[in-house]
Amino acid sequence: MAGSTALPVTPTRAMLREAGLIALVVFGLSFSLVGFKIEDVPGGLAILTRFDGVFFATALAFLGRIGLIMLREQRALPVALTALPTAALVLLLQLFSGDLDPERSYPFRSGVVNWSLFAVALALGLRALWLTWHHGGSLSNRDARDAAMDRVGAKVQHAARFLGPALLGFAIVLPFLPFADRRLLDIAILVVTYIMLGWGLNIVVGLAGLLDLGYVAFYAVGAYSYALLAQYFDLGFWTCLPLAGILAAFAGILLGFPVLRLRGDYLAIVTLGFGEIIRVILLNWYTFTGGPDGISGIPRPTFFGLELTKRATDGETFHQFFGLTYSPMDRIIFLFYLILALALVTNLFTLRIRKLPIGRAWEALREDEIACRSLGMNPRNTKLTAFSIGAMFGGFGGSFFATRQGFISPESFTFIESAVILAIVVLGGMGSQIGVVFAAILLIGLPEFFRELQQYRMLAFGLAMVTIMVWRPSGLLAHREPTLRLHPKPGQENTS
Amino acid sequence: MPESMLKISGVHTFYGHIEALKGVDMEINEGEVVSLIGANGAGKSTLLMTICGNPQARSGRIEFLGEDITRRASHEIIKGGIAQSPEGRRIFPFMTVFENLQMGATVSDPRHFDDDLERVFTLYPLLRERRNQRGGTLSGGEQQMLAIGRALMSRPKLLLLDEPSLGLAPLLVRQIFDIIKQINEEQNMTVFLVEQNAYHALRLADRGYVLANGEVLLSGTGAELLANEEIRAAYLEGGH
Repeated sequence: MAGSTALPVTPTRAMLREAGLIALVVFGLSFSLVGFKIEDVPGGLAILTRFDGVFFATALAFLGRIGLIMLREQRALPVALTALPTAALVLLLQLFSGDLDPERSYPFRSGVVNWSLFAVALALGLRALWLTWHHGGSLSNRDARDAAMDRVGAKVQHAARFLGPALLGFAIVLPFLPFADRRLLDIAILVVTYIMLGWGLNIVVGLAGLLDLGYVAFYAVGAYSYALLAQYFDLGFWTCLPLAGILAAFAGILLGFPVLRLRGDYLAIVTLGFGEIIRVILLNWYTFTGGPDGISGIPRPTFFGLELTKRATDGETFHQFFGLTYSPMDRIIFLFYLILALALVTNLFTLRIRKLPIGRAWEALREDEIACRSLGMNPRNTKLTAFSIGAMFGGFGGSFFATRQGFISPESFTFIESAVILAIVVLGGMGSQIGVVFAAILLIGLPEFFRELQQYRMLAFGLAMVTIMVWRPSGLLAHREPTLRLHPKPGQENTS
Repeated sequence: MPESMLKISGVHTFYGHIEALKGVDMEINEGEVVSLIGANGAGKSTLLMTICGNPQARSGRIEFLGEDITRRASHEIIKGGIAQSPEGRRIFPFMTVFENLQMGATVSDPRHFDDDLERVFTLYPLLRERRNQRGGTLSGGEQQMLAIGRALMSRPKLLLLDEPSLGLAPLLVRQIFDIIKQINEEQNMTVFLVEQNAYHALRLADRGYVLANGEVLLSGTGAELLANEEIRAAYLEGGH
């Protein structure tokens, strides 16, 4: 399977057909997504057309595909000669046309897209250039690529000992870095929230191996616990945080009982149903939860009793106590540290419990339930603890969400949230703590940076997901084989 | 007169509508090695699993040390002093050898963990060398030893072994049976052995049972069964 042996050369017709097919798909997608835009103009709505964008997208897809095919067959020089000038052209166009007014930037009317296009073209060109000199590179060969990525994964995992503290150090100084504006901190808070939820779900899915598609239910229980306790009993965040965790843990036990006998797909379906049940209850119990109106005016967290507002409702505020001038950023920074601390607690807890009998029991349960039974383990209790502890962290995350937003409604707790959290865990590499961090940055951070693409920013989410599935089917930093592969390795069937 | 440790009387076990065990009677005395042989699908593993309460017997009675355990949950039975090395070994492939052994001590008192560990390592020193290696990277014979060692970690009074020779090379089979013999003699462990390898199993056994179609066909001392013409024809032809 060495890459240096002569590879079969795809006939031009086949190549054109393949590239044409891709171009057709891109055309079909971009014709409606990129081609038309409804705009508010004085006197109503108008449809703007942007067919130049459609043309560029189709042409680039066509050329890019041909480039990839030729790269696969080691015919790298023409690719390099096309890709590098394209990259340069895109760069020039963006530099001269963009930045001032995105509506006039070329080739696409979004700086982010243009920059990404530039990066892709540059990467393709450099790769081709490298291949021209070092003949017989093997990254196009799937097995060699998998092996290479495994080596990288192993290195990163090895480096996790330094990488973890380094990332933590970065996170701690982040709010005080010069480029840390409100927008970046908001994204960081969101990312860390999902990291925490990912770590929480990792206990259930990664350690205990119980596929939970309804994790958002516990997030919702935590959020509503805090919101309702604050509304009806006037309790503060710090009192409610443990209560929300406990209530979510109880919800976990409640869910745990009926699903104890289920495995795999069946378990997934029931947990999915449970997630929906919680949401529907919140939606319909109008007198208690406010139904679709949600709950607003959820109190903000305090810093040891000091409010982080401009004027105190009673007592002193944070800036008065410390003799600082008031800045609205204080609250954001405080929220960031709060979620960072919560996430760290989750992480330390998981790392610690892995070394204790109960954590070991979870991992054993994931690997072989029958063996566990034969060793005298009580699988019911073991699963229940995994569910409830995972749920507890979901509850903590939920009450943080409530206090951060100040307003919650059932709309925030739809299935897609569960799916995203699960995707973070699975794509990060089940059971890998640092993998969750990278996956959350990729899956949550990336779409946030693409926000100027509005609703199409989810395409970035999809792109990140597809990339991981192609390049790292077992997760970014997994040490376990996936149960299902997109492309089974030769001689390895998709079993179990 | 040896004391009866496990007494099985009239046990019927079903998988759905299929009757896998049709009234099995059997007795295992303290300090004995008892072998159960039979063809594929005779119900050997079912009997072993029924002793462990998974599945439970639909009717009949299983007594362990004078107590009725027929309706007990699996983990209660294991806690009571029965350990099992399940069919196909079922070690935890992604956990280290040491962690596998730790899992074996799930139901035992952590205070004598170190002693038990030492005993297993003495029995099979290779496990000590490989203690930080993943279970899945061991060879078949090593995995089988790990499975037996894991079962011993709970300080059982009765050790159930389901096909320990499955899929092993002849030399390794001999080694495994030697070790079973050693466990029986040195630790005075009562062993119930389910095997397809009739020759080795009967040679090792104090007594043996032959199971066919969910019923006990024959029983006797190991030597008697080995000499029996019927058994020679059905299970031992082809040479070993």
